[in-house]
Amino acid sequence: MNARNLRHDLFFYLGILLICVPFLKIHTLYVLPVFLGAWGLRRFADFAGENRLMVTLRERTVNSVLAHRRVTVGLILAVALLIPLGASDYLIEVFTSVILYAILATALNITVGLTGVLVLGFIGFYAVGAYTTGILTAKFALCGFWIALPLSGLAAMLCGILLGIPALRLRGDYLAVVTLGFGEIIRIFLTNLNGLTGGPNGILGIKRPSFGLFTLDHPRDFYWFALAVLSLVILIVARLVDSRYGRAWIAIRENEMAAGALGINVFRKHLLSFSLSAFFGGIAGSLFAVKQGFISPDSFTFYESVLILCMVVLGGIGNVAGSVTGALLLIAAPEFLREFSLYRMLVFGAVMIAFMVFRPSGLLGSRVIAQEIKDRADDGP
Amino acid sequence: MLRLTDLELRYGPIRALKGVTLDVAAGEIVTLIGANGAGKSSTLKAISGIHGTSGGSIVFAGRRIDNLPPHEIVALGISHCPEGRRIFGDLSVRENLLMGGYLLAKHEMAGRLDEVLGLFPRLGERIHQAGGTLSGGEQQMLAIARALMCKPGLLMLDEPSLGLAPIMVEKIFETIVALKQTGLTVLLVEQNAGAALEISDRGYVLEIGQVTLSGTSAALRDDQRVAQAYLGG
Repeated sequence: MNARNLRHDLFFYLGILLICVPFLKIHTLYVLPVFLGAWGLRRFADFAGENRLMVTLRERTVNSVLAHRRVTVGLILAVALLIPLGASDYLIEVFTSVILYAILATALNITVGLTGVLVLGFIGFYAVGAYTTGILTAKFALCGFWIALPLSGLAAMLCGILLGIPALRLRGDYLAVVTLGFGEIIRIFLTNLNGLTGGPNGILGIKRPSFGLFTLDHPRDFYWFALAVLSLVILIVARLVDSRYGRAWIAIRENEMAAGALGINVFRKHLLSFSLSAFFGGIAGSLFAVKQGFISPDSFTFYESVLILCMVVLGGIGNVAGSVTGALLLIAAPEFLREFSLYRMLVFGAVMIAFMVFRPSGLLGSRVIAQEIKDRADDGP
Repeated sequence: MLRLTDLELRYGPIRALKGVTLDVAAGEIVTLIGANGAGKSSTLKAISGIHGTSGGSIVFAGRRIDNLPPHEIVALGISHCPEGRRIFGDLSVRENLLMGGYLLAKHEMAGRLDEVLGLFPRLGERIHQAGGTLSGGEQQMLAIARALMCKPGLLMLDEPSLGLAPIMVEKIFETIVALKQTGLTVLLVEQNAGAALEISDRGYVLEIGQVTLSGTSAALRDDQRVAQAYLGG
């Protein structure tokens, strides 16, 4: 056994032990199935990694999924559309949350994944969007939701630009710390600007949007509306990734100096990705405000920023589908493991470490490997 | 075509260039040689605008370009192929090249891509491969090809032979000569001074931020001091 295997084994068993902690609380015996299950999975992964049949099977699956991207997307969309027909209201609410976080993760992926800028206070943009909608439609009742929605996006974008102009001259850890500060500053502002934001009590009575006489009161209707917004956001981002702009972002991420030497205006591209990210974050915030009907600073803590970042990393940095998968896993899964909610962070930690060790490019990997196969499929006979 | 006069550049308190004067005429290959830290790469960075200068002037095609932002300098026709290849590992070869032609108009792109791939057929074979999966020599080819995409008048190559096998080094130098024959002007920075002086027309020797020697490549090759310091003789 070489050193690399040894390290993998160490991390693996350590992770399993961490995951076992909540089960220990209930009954020591529960640990056994977890351990056995994990061990079996691992043996299977080893087997699948080396076995010729499994390798070809996996490659075939990946290839056909990528070659028939439209079909895959259509199927996923169909399932997503049908979910609320069979689910309880509670489940629909959970899935609506998944959608909101999927928008956030997709938005954050533009900066973190594509441009390679670590943002730790992304929740600040979400908060700005939510409060813009809250203030405009409920607190002062200045306009309806349909005007407030784009304004929320624009308000968040403005914050992004104002923050980005000075902050984007920094790099790496320094920039991450500045954005972290931004998220905290927004939350503290919201808590203390009593006249505008209602302070710690937040804003109550935000109405759900309506089309003429028809109001999106039922969770199911709102779910579909949120799904439509998510689809639009994904469509825009996916188109951008394959465009000149997307390539320029990735080029900057890969090597900033080389990108500059090729004539890309690095600062402007950074600012564009940052403000676009903020815009979509604000849109998600606006949806959150009307979904909850009530917003307070408690919803916009640093923990949320980390959660969204985890989704991006878990799903695959720079991969749009990955962000959605990450949101699904990190929001839906804990809902089904409510009993262990106390240990959620522990499990997150263990999972993140496991990913860093076993699959640093995330669940779905990064974009280009997929792109390469797609290109080949396009060319091939 | 390009003239530097008393160029100065600082990294904080450190003066990396202390008044460099040199010129490059259209259609020639000019080599900068010198030890580590002599200021070769800094000179290129100053020309391409990646690093600001603190004194002196850079004139390209009759226009002062010192302290212009890099993207404007590229637009004027100076392409910088930086040290260490720096290709975009997660983009395919094709996408790397498209980024090189970032400033080209849309309708020019396909034609230029074909022209550049004509110079580097090897890259054509690997067009859909991720840049990071190429071998070292292929990556250097890609870096040069990428720098050529924007149809530069002046190509600046920083250590193109760095870390390559001798046979690849030879290939790279052949490519540079072939590029010269297409009318391109090349400013070359090389540690491999012997090979660089073989293919270049003129050379400058930099020492701690200053030009200490200059002349035709043949004369530099024969110079005692150059031979001792840089040619291992």
